[in-house]
Amino acid sequence: MSETQQGMFGARGTGDTSGYGGLVATAAATGSTERPFGGYFDQVADDLERAYPDFADAITRVVVDRGELTLHIKKDRLVEVARILRDKLLFEMCMGVSGVHYPERTGSELVAVYPLLSMTKNQRIRLEVATSDSDRHIPSVVDVWGGNNWHERETFDMFGIIFDGHPGLTRILMPDDWDGHPQRKDYPLGGIAVEYKGATTPAPSERRSYQ
Amino acid sequence: MTTTFDPYASSRETTEGTVYSVTGGDWDELVSEIGEAKEERIIVNMGPQHPSTHGVLRLVLELEGETITEVRPGIGYLHTGIEKNMEYRSWTQGTTFATRMDYLSPVFNETAYCLAIEKLLGITEDVPERASVIRVLMMELNRISSHMVALGTGALELGAMGPMFFAFREREMVLDAFEAITGLRMNMAYVRPGGVQQDLPAGMTTRLRELVKTLRKNFKDNEKLLIGNTIWMKRTVGIGYLDLAGCTTLGITGPVLRSTGLPWDLRKMSPYCGYENYEFDVITADTCDVYGRFLIRMAELEQSLRIIEQALDKLDALNGAPVMVADKKIAWPAQLALGADGLGNSLDHIREIMGSSMESLIHHFKLVTEGFRVPAGQVYAAVESPRGELAAHVVSDGGTRPYRVHFREPSFNNLQSTSAMSEGGMIADIIGAVASIDPVMGGVDR
Repeated sequence: MSETQQGMFGARGTGDTSGYGGLVATAAATGSTERPFGGYFDQVADDLERAYPDFADAITRVVVDRGELTLHIKKDRLVEVARILRDKLLFEMCMGVSGVHYPERTGSELVAVYPLLSMTKNQRIRLEVATSDSDRHIPSVVDVWGGNNWHERETFDMFGIIFDGHPGLTRILMPDDWDGHPQRKDYPLGGIAVEYKGATTPAPSERRSYQ
Repeated sequence: MTTTFDPYASSRETTEGTVYSVTGGDWDELVSEIGEAKEERIIVNMGPQHPSTHGVLRLVLELEGETITEVRPGIGYLHTGIEKNMEYRSWTQGTTFATRMDYLSPVFNETAYCLAIEKLLGITEDVPERASVIRVLMMELNRISSHMVALGTGALELGAMGPMFFAFREREMVLDAFEAITGLRMNMAYVRPGGVQQDLPAGMTTRLRELVKTLRKNFKDNEKLLIGNTIWMKRTVGIGYLDLAGCTTLGITGPVLRSTGLPWDLRKMSPYCGYENYEFDVITADTCDVYGRFLIRMAELEQSLRIIEQALDKLDALNGAPVMVADKKIAWPAQLALGADGLGNSLDHIREIMGSSMESLIHHFKLVTEGFRVPAGQVYAAVESPRGELAAHVVSDGGTRPYRVHFREPSFNNLQSTSAMSEGGMIADIIGAVASIDPVMGGVDR
């Protein structure tokens, strides 16, 4: 996919069309949040530290932002942590996985985000696992939360993240023979020629003189 | 594709033996062609164009006689790239995309998305009370119209035509109310970041009170038709069984989860839009089957009417209160008052920005062309849609457009349970099982 072509939609760069913006986008905080985290988050962190001796080694960052707790986990420890969260901390539901592609974060371009729910305790936390674009593998958690089966297929389909150990990682929304992974930032909106029964219709971006 | 493959050939050789494709034609001809073959295994492609698959769901069924041995759902036929498109539009414009996902519950889609944006902006507390009450009112009206389709089409698919007529009669009344309030029957993009797009028209609460009265009376028609009906119970009781352990493993929420007896409803468990201020019951059943889910949906209609009545009382008390946050930077892109000709901005507004305030003109231009900025970060906001937990995972990089929006669609997740509900059962029962999940393919595929 070409990186310069953006199709018909969306300004390049900042989206500031008039030059009057002046405001600089604030980057998301990159450090860990210091204790106390507030609410039940301290309890969750304490419980996890007690139940999982390798906590400090496996969990790289603990972030509390806008009232939500995110645990950043090394990818090779994900399944271990997931199992303990499910069995010991009673996060019996995983609400799926969402991918995010940050092309500018060298070495951790692809991120998988898992929202967890404990119905027993009515608590929610989030796991985040990053991997580099050159090594797109993240272990699958389908053995722990079976309902993540389709969600992981969708994230594979959209971002090209390969979930190792998934029982049948195939495309789910796009056609089986599709090229590329549409939700990645280097994949254009539009810009794809339409093929239907032998007839080819040029991509929307090719049909207009303005781009 | 090899050149020798002919998709319309009646049979072809594979490593597993001869495969016969049946796409219409004479059944006797096929039987004579198969001859004495002992193989009983039949693979049936149910859908994607099958009237009982709720749109374009494809179910690949492996059958032994009439017993299903394996189900593989195939989805993606309605994938429209809504999440990708939203990355190229401003935060406010995103509502017009989100509303089109699950086309039976547009208000829920919009609300989940807007709650996420408000959380990112840190203005959850600033959303005016009247806006929240209107959101609740619209969501509960929408729950009724959505359940009406679930009940009506579900009954039709199992062979009962009458309930469909009643259900769609009620649904039309709700859609008429939507049209009066928002201008559109579906996909209305009415809920906007910071509040709602416009206030209720004059006299709407009176009209809605009449509607509640009519609906309460009309719901009895379907109750009389179906509850306890012998034929209906034979098609639904004990069908599509999925217990609590199965629901938890598969991440199932909504009526399917509540049919296992667990009163899990986000309106009670983690209230949003002020749901903690309404009195209503969470309906459960303990049968884990299609009939239980049907009873839950029937009873939830009455609970929605109760919430609507309380919301109408609140609205009467809040008459004239704002329906959008006071911060004009957020409110403005959503408030393009139309001129007398139905186009563009109101002339009064244009007179002000063109004639008396250069700053206003610049701000107006910036906000309308670019939209507002949202501080960087990520949030997850969930609502209880008619089908279960509908959530938006929204990531901002600090810009005027979403960096990434992902919807945790209950239809998408719950459809996974088709296999667990149907394998080992009869082919006729998969129809009831799928209908009880109530998947909406627009939401599944987004």
